[in-house]
Amino acid sequence: MSPKIYKVTAPLMGTYYDKPGPGEKPFVEIGQKVKATEVVCIIESMKLFTEIRSDQSGTVKKILVENEEPVMKNQELMEIEG
Amino acid sequence: MFNKILIANRGEIALRIIRACKEMDIRTVAVFSEADRDSLHVRYADEAFNIGPPLARKSYLNFDNIIKAAKDAKAEAIHPGYGFLAENDAFAKTCEENDLTFIGPSADCIARAGNKSQARKMMSNLGVPVIPGSDGDISSAEQASEISENIGFPVILKASGGGGGRGMRIARDQKELIEAFAIASGEARAGFGNPDLYLEKYIVKPRHIEVQLFGDTQGNYVHMNERECSIQMRYQKLIEEAPSPLVDKELRKKLGSTAILIAQSIGYFNAGTIEFLIDDQKNYYFMEVNARIQVEHPVTELITGIDLVQQQILVAAGEKLPFKQEDISLDGWSIECRINASDPDNNFLPSPGTISDLVLPGGPGVRMDTHIYNSCEISPFYDSLIGKLIVWGQDRDMAVKRMRRALSEFQINGIQVTVPFYLKIFQDQDFIDGNFDTHFISRFLNKG
Repeated sequence: MSPKIYKVTAPLMGTYYDKPGPGEKPFVEIGQKVKATEVVCIIESMKLFTEIRSDQSGTVKKILVENEEPVMKNQELMEIEG
Repeated sequence: MFNKILIANRGEIALRIIRACKEMDIRTVAVFSEADRDSLHVRYADEAFNIGPPLARKSYLNFDNIIKAAKDAKAEAIHPGYGFLAENDAFAKTCEENDLTFIGPSADCIARAGNKSQARKMMSNLGVPVIPGSDGDISSAEQASEISENIGFPVILKASGGGGGRGMRIARDQKELIEAFAIASGEARAGFGNPDLYLEKYIVKPRHIEVQLFGDTQGNYVHMNERECSIQMRYQKLIEEAPSPLVDKELRKKLGSTAILIAQSIGYFNAGTIEFLIDDQKNYYFMEVNARIQVEHPVTELITGIDLVQQQILVAAGEKLPFKQEDISLDGWSIECRINASDPDNNFLPSPGTISDLVLPGGPGVRMDTHIYNSCEISPFYDSLIGKLIVWGQDRDMAVKRMRRALSEFQINGIQVTVPFYLKIFQDQDFIDGNFDTHFISRFLNKG
């Protein structure tokens, strides 16, 4: 079977963070393998931090937003090839 | 009296303060971040100043920009509302240094109220009950069992190095305690790299009950009865009421005089709240002092007939309290629901967005404190509180029925709100009977 591209989307509007805190390592980087339910980023909205998890296992192909960038609901955040 | 007041806040509380000022013929100055340009508080105030970008630390927490706005507008006082700078003693001090009256307690008092461990010691000295415990780390199971014998079972062991339930164990007797000590210590080491534990009496069916307090600068104090705030989720209050279904006349008197004793001992003035935890035997324990006006202040206003925000302004201007303890009434019952922009069907995920099809409840005994309107945008930058629905009834039964009726009138589109969740709570028999504690919501969600 040929690999499928799966897109991680934002479930809510807010600010995108690629790492758990300042000075820490990003959750994922391009080329990294992720498992289903693994945390791939955080979105801050209304003073709450929501962990965004991948639905599928695969390899991170593209990250479509920058750290601390505002994101809209349903906006595509990254592509994972599984 | 002041001619002009700057309101260093946003949302419903900024409106609440502007309304109080207008009724006192005081001119108002709003401040706003770039995300709040179209907010009602900007529209309702006599003047408005842009204090910076959406991020709170660059705008609503920015001392320099707020003080500059106050100076430019020639305001004489600053009302901080709740949250943001309300309990920031450095800000209160900065106001004093700039000849601006901070509408709240003194900077010293805010600092003293904010230091939790010092507050605990002070309460012990005053003879105010605090949750008994080990007062620091315990070194062995033997020491734990000795302390537990003194304070009585059940007890709870907690990790000194962290929270979140790890390293936390409840023990009902000596045998359980010895076992629990080893497990909790191991969990604490694994979880936080620190095996140290401390111990507290475990409060069975705890209720969060607080007393509204008021003092003037001449040393006069009154309490304005209690508020029941046990309906909470993740330590956030959702529903508050006054009075409390648990508190009888005798307990009310005890809580009230304890609150006044605490206020006197720290030289507190203006509005404040003393929070207590109360167990199923009606033993009460001091938790903390909230040195500000509270979100839930309207339920106290509706049972006492006192405008707390106007009273704050009068006291800040140096006026004496116009009433004595015996003048404070307790008339009927009031309940508040905090309307949050979060999705009860999706784990209470925040729900910013643009509001449409808005219909707000009204009619007898209904008060809606809110800054929302049709087509207004709820941004992701701030708290999810979009309004407070408050009702009054001659008794609790009427207040509950009225809240159900008012919730059912509330219509909104564009964002998800907690209204449907509250409608379910107001059908719950335990809630209707006033039979609950701070674990009510987690039990209610597990039932669902």
